[in-house]
Amino acid sequence: MTTLNYDDIADVVDTVTAGREDAIATSSRIRIVKLDRRQFLKMTGAVGGGLMLSFSAPKALSASSSDAFQPNGYVKINSAGIVLYAKNPEIGQGVKTSLPMIIAEELDAAWEDVSVEQSRIDQAAYGMQFAGGSTAIPMNWDALRRAGATARAMLVEAAAKRWNVSTDSLTTERSHVIHASSGKRAAYLDLASEAASLPVPSADSVSLKDAKNFQILGKRITGVDNEGLMRGEPLFGIDQNVPGMKYAVYQKCDSIGGSVVSANLDEIKTMNGVLDAFVLDGNGNAGELLPGVAIVADNTWSAIQAKRALKIEWDESDASKDSWSNAMQEAERLRHESGPRVVDTGDVDKAFDDSTKQVSGFYRYAFASHAQLEPENCTASFKDGQLELWAPTQTPGAAIMSAAKVVGIQPNGVTLHQTRCGGGFGRRLYNDFTCEAAAIAKRAGMPVKLQWTREDDMAYDLYRAGGFHQMHGSVDEGGKITGWRDRFITFTNDGNRPVSGGGISPNVFPGGLLENVRVEQTALEWKNRCAAWRAPGSNVFAFVVGSFLHELAHIASRDHLDVLLEVLGEARQLGPRGMHTGRAANVVKLAAEKAGWGRELGDGRGMGIAFYYSHAGHIAEVADVSVTADKKVDVHKVTVAADVGPIVNLSGAENQVQGSVIDGLSTMFNLAVSFENGRVQQNNFDRYSLLRMPSAPEVEVHFVESDYPPTGLGEPAFPPLAPAVYNAIFEASGHRARTMPISEEGYSLA
Amino acid sequence: MNIKINGENRDLGAIDPQTPLLWALRDELGLVGTKFGCGISQCGACSVLVNNASVKSCSFPVSSVGDAEVTTIEGLAESNGDLNPVQQAWVDLDVAQCGYCQSGQVMAAEALLRTNPNPTDDEIDQAMATNICRCGTYIRIRQAVKTAASHLAASE
Ligand code: FES
Ligand code: FES
Repeated sequence: MTTLNYDDIADVVDTVTAGREDAIATSSRIRIVKLDRRQFLKMTGAVGGGLMLSFSAPKALSASSSDAFQPNGYVKINSAGIVLYAKNPEIGQGVKTSLPMIIAEELDAAWEDVSVEQSRIDQAAYGMQFAGGSTAIPMNWDALRRAGATARAMLVEAAAKRWNVSTDSLTTERSHVIHASSGKRAAYLDLASEAASLPVPSADSVSLKDAKNFQILGKRITGVDNEGLMRGEPLFGIDQNVPGMKYAVYQKCDSIGGSVVSANLDEIKTMNGVLDAFVLDGNGNAGELLPGVAIVADNTWSAIQAKRALKIEWDESDASKDSWSNAMQEAERLRHESGPRVVDTGDVDKAFDDSTKQVSGFYRYAFASHAQLEPENCTASFKDGQLELWAPTQTPGAAIMSAAKVVGIQPNGVTLHQTRCGGGFGRRLYNDFTCEAAAIAKRAGMPVKLQWTREDDMAYDLYRAGGFHQMHGSVDEGGKITGWRDRFITFTNDGNRPVSGGGISPNVFPGGLLENVRVEQTALEWKNRCAAWRAPGSNVFAFVVGSFLHELAHIASRDHLDVLLEVLGEARQLGPRGMHTGRAANVVKLAAEKAGWGRELGDGRGMGIAFYYSHAGHIAEVADVSVTADKKVDVHKVTVAADVGPIVNLSGAENQVQGSVIDGLSTMFNLAVSFENGRVQQNNFDRYSLLRMPSAPEVEVHFVESDYPPTGLGEPAFPPLAPAVYNAIFEASGHRARTMPISEEGYSLA
Repeated sequence: MNIKINGENRDLGAIDPQTPLLWALRDELGLVGTKFGCGISQCGACSVLVNNASVKSCSFPVSSVGDAEVTTIEGLAESNGDLNPVQQAWVDLDVAQCGYCQSGQVMAAEALLRTNPNPTDDEIDQAMATNICRCGTYIRIRQAVKTAASHLAASE
């Protein structure tokens, strides 16, 4: 079984995020700075190990169960209908619909005939089951096509036997096998029991459709859970209700690393509706179980009331003292010093010496919280040494491993039911909440639903790390970019390497495209955990490099579009999983053309453009904004051109892009968490202002449907938004903002 | 305590009268379509109708319901079981991403259309500003409100 522990998850996300293997490989070329003592702890040059991922095809199962044709884990057909299984967690990226569409296409089923169910967790049958890195489509595309095609081939074989004709004389269409010359037709449902008795051909032997014959892929298909959502069905983790279930909450120290000295448990136990209250010591792994006080009650409200009445004495000697204001001060000092080089190509010093013009800029971005709308929760039942979990997690396999460890049983004693997740954005790659639920259920001796409040969620997130970049660049007489230096200051949790999403890699755009590039990396020690957040790394690097390219175009007095295309250069593939500059240039030109790049906009209005490559997606975005003298920004329109290979579900794809643009805007304008004395200063939505409808711009989406392998769309449309808007604001106002969120420079959305 | 929900009288027994309507719905009555997002009237995931107004049930004590009529997402469908025009527009336009905010969005839209059956874009934006969609589906929500409004107008 392919399993992942907590630490590996970060590697997986980094690794499957196209082209970021090098971020891991180079992550140890770094200087580590301890904030409170202001000293170097270590500086090393060794190269760390990467992580191999298996992209294995699922094993064939036996063709049949007693009553159904089930050639593999994905397809079940009997007289009652066609069921397709969705293997991965649905977190809003649409895979519960898009993955079965791929199966249905090759099965040649009519979409209306199909019903979709969430699969069990069985990594032997399904390979890795997780949601992260926009990987579901690229990792499963081939296997799912073959799963559908295998079932189709067997149904054809069954019909051939029944009619005593050759398989070559048969075709399929909309859940039927057809013998054209005799006019015979048989529904898949009627052939299922005969197909079930046939041997399963090897998945490699079946033939796949030509893309031009696709009936389902590329069409607009509405989400399979849409109606259930509208009827209020119990689809999400938070909706689960199991027999005998009680309601639990868990209070940890406001500052991560604090442990419980004492608590007013006796008083709490007398409160209305409270059934039990106890201390858990934690298991020493912040990704699993931290110390805290659990309360079990008859209902959520009683549990929350009791939590508010808790009086806990904490030992904070080991607890976080993280301070964002200290980090900013330290970065201000460090930006003047050079650090170890992650990248050093060409001769940057000479490029600067020989240049005509140079420009510098100090960029800063804050920490951010995932704020998935469904606060963490998990339902757990521990009985007779067996654990059952109903969990809204992005990594069910890892959730099983870690929960088993926490309750002291073998992983095969854990059953995990996948539920729909009310947003993920990377938060649910980590399974602290499932471990807590398991531990509380075991200790309380009854099934519990553990509910985090929003305050718990924001205090115990794994944040998108903040960061600082002292940029310096140059252009020559002809206005060509000659030198590029990025002095990057990031954060480390383990004192060895940057946090997940906080390590820069040599091929971060425009690495590999410019001749003279130097990137230096320093990390500040940080106790509050940081990890993957939608488009890790890219979500902040795009802001910096996409803006700084525009700064260079500006000092060269050139059109940003021309400079961007010049940087991309001739069409070529950069490394096996790197970008293709031709695809990049295509989307850049398309976005510019559709947005009407270059047209006269009038005073106080401007357009900005940015391109970014991440998660194997090539995306360009153009923002059209007006800015008033008091820094009110009206985003009129965002035009997106995307090349992610063939589109699986046009409706879902467009929704992901529009949502990414709005999330990008929300994040660049207002989202920041800060820390003082180890404590998060923003603990609910009143101080963490997600974008609301009146600020949502028009978003126009154009897909370039290329023949390249498909990729996912949960992430790659996010990164280019911020630089496109920062650049547009500069064009409109003449002011270069270099801080994210931009509200920290006084800007607000109209 | 008794309250009227989705056309039925429901007994809440000896419930703490301060219990937010949200938790009474979810934990006591098993009506889990109404969601918890923030607990402080910020996100609108918990929106329900009290009479015809959209209310944040996380911050509305169950004792304040009194004789009013509460409608949740479970009670919105037509009497024949069909989705109502707002729900149907949400399905057809494929609004949801994660879907977690959407029952609250639908209740807010329903409240808007009950008082203003033909809202302008600006009125839609202002009315729906009470509800956060973390996934950013606002563009489709806007379209769905308009689609529902035109279906309602056509059926009159
Ligand atoms: S949960 Fe009620 S407004 Fe957020
Ligand atoms: S669809 Fe996810 S929060 Fe709105």
